[in-house]
Amino acid sequence: MIYTKNIRFAYGKSTSFSFPDVAASSGQSLLITGGSGKGKTTLLHLLGGLLRPQSGEVFIEDTNIATLSEKKLDRFRGQHIGLVLQQAYFVASLNVLENVVLASWLATGKQAAAKAGQLLEQLDLKDHLHKLPSQLSIGQQQRVSIARALINEPKLLLADEPTSSLDDENAYRVADMLTHLAKQYGTALVIVTHDQRLKDRFPNQISL
Amino acid sequence: MIARIAWKNIWFKPLNTALSIILLTASVAIITLLILLEEQFEKQFDSNIDNIDLVLGAQGSPLQLILSSVYQVDAPTGNIDYTEAKTWMKHRFVQTAVPLAFGDNYRGFRIVGTTPDYLTVYGKGVKEGKVFAENFQVVIGSAIAQKMNIKVGDKFFGSHGDAAEGELHEDHAYIVTGIAAPTGKVIDNLILCNVPSVWAMHDEEGHEHTEGEERHPDGAGDYSHDNESTLTDGHDHDAVAENEHHHEEEISEEGKEITAVLIKFRSKMGIVMWPRLIAQNTKMQAASPAIEINRLFSLFGIGLQALQYLAYGIMFISGISIFIALYNTLKERKYEFALLRVNGASRLQLLWLVLIESLLLCITGFIFGTIVGRVGLSLISGQSESEFKMSFNPFEFVWQKEGYLFGLTIFVGILAAVLPAVKAYRLNISKTLANA
Repeated sequence: MIYTKNIRFAYGKSTSFSFPDVAASSGQSLLITGGSGKGKTTLLHLLGGLLRPQSGEVFIEDTNIATLSEKKLDRFRGQHIGLVLQQAYFVASLNVLENVVLASWLATGKQAAAKAGQLLEQLDLKDHLHKLPSQLSIGQQQRVSIARALINEPKLLLADEPTSSLDDENAYRVADMLTHLAKQYGTALVIVTHDQRLKDRFPNQISL
Repeated sequence: MIARIAWKNIWFKPLNTALSIILLTASVAIITLLILLEEQFEKQFDSNIDNIDLVLGAQGSPLQLILSSVYQVDAPTGNIDYTEAKTWMKHRFVQTAVPLAFGDNYRGFRIVGTTPDYLTVYGKGVKEGKVFAENFQVVIGSAIAQKMNIKVGDKFFGSHGDAAEGELHEDHAYIVTGIAAPTGKVIDNLILCNVPSVWAMHDEEGHEHTEGEERHPDGAGDYSHDNESTLTDGHDHDAVAENEHHHEEEISEEGKEITAVLIKFRSKMGIVMWPRLIAQNTKMQAASPAIEINRLFSLFGIGLQALQYLAYGIMFISGISIFIALYNTLKERKYEFALLRVNGASRLQLLWLVLIESLLLCITGFIFGTIVGRVGLSLISGQSESEFKMSFNPFEFVWQKEGYLFGLTIFVGILAAVLPAVKAYRLNISKTLANA
């Protein structure tokens, strides 16, 4: 569950954003749309604790992440927030499975290898566990990053343009998987996008 | 886990890694080799001059005198008159005086005429059998016994001079009465007998020589005339021979010559006074092993120093190579770092990651370097053993100096990683990911 109150953010003095309140409960999906320059990614980073708002509150479950210390925020982010980015990044020297396991280790200190394998299998990546990420297609990479985002069963799953670099088939597939898995894990899902293809599939929408 | 990522990362770029490790290995190997060589060299040289304050010998290069009579590596400077030497050996300053007479060798191992004192003062006595008592009885060094498989009771013939190919003295066989206890000093590679054995061995030849001087213009020709040292050849012969004609078999000390005398003083005054005293009053010289060896080391020192600077230079370059490798990949890896942060890694963990990568390279380089340096030393040891009868132990660890070297290597690793690590620590994840 996530909700925000009156968050504002400014880059220097010239550009400042004042965002509408956002709320999504567990298992629910929310689509945030808007043209470029409207601060979509900024909002997502604020929700994910990558940026701190200048004013306002961001509550994930019962924690106001705007007030956490840097180190606690790192921990909180690892344990409770999953992030899927437009472009998938990996630790290039680790294979697919290790990359997912790494996320569980960083958050909890335990290596959830079995769970990672299961999750990847569910995402149709069973044959690619031991390949390097660079050997996968972009669609496959995106699915690996979904697995990585979900390995710790986060309370909040954030996706930044998860489908914009994918073709139709892969885009729908990724969208389906995101909603399906969010429901399965009881995770609040917030997607930031300008992708028209997604707008028809998510009833819950906010436009910036 | 961080260490494992670091490990995987360094092997993800094998060429960069190999370059850094090779450079580090080279510098560590050279420095390790120098450390061991210097340490063991000095130890060997120093242990051999224990109990020797001065060496009395023929005039010439004092360093040569020390090298030949103490370390048994160079040719002797010449011979001195035994009766004249004896008056000095009985001087009230002197605590022990051990005469040395060189003449022959057995397969390249020097046969040295001396007194049993040599074994007790400079060695640890005999391990097996007993000390030589009569002419042609010998005590052999432990290393020779092992290498040549010689046992007490064995007999052998010596060859003339220093070289194994020298003319064989077939008239008299040496008989082994004892094997010296191992010491790690030159004595391990010497064959010891009494001084009269050396005289007797060559007196007989002296007779032959006087009769057929033309046939043997220079004996076996092992030494050049300048370094005339064996007790027989050349000019000495006539004197020796003439003397010896009177007493057939019995050997007197009259007019006999020896090569050098190793002296330990009772009073340290001797060390100061003797060199001048000897030079003014006799045709001999007295050389101090400590001074000469110091001189030798200071000569070596320049070369060793140059090598050391070279090695530190290589280490500096390897530091730069690690720095460049880390710094270059930082650009492509900043997304990776941002991602780790997103997944819950702390800033400190990123700092560690970069630092550990650098340290892994350095530690690997250090381990390889230590091994390569020792392999180098064992190669050198094999060579020096056959040429100078001096061997080095590659398995010795000079903990303190090698510890410093390890510290230095780690320091280089940390220094190379500091800037990239701080950059990783300071990475702005939002900006990095937003500008993707």
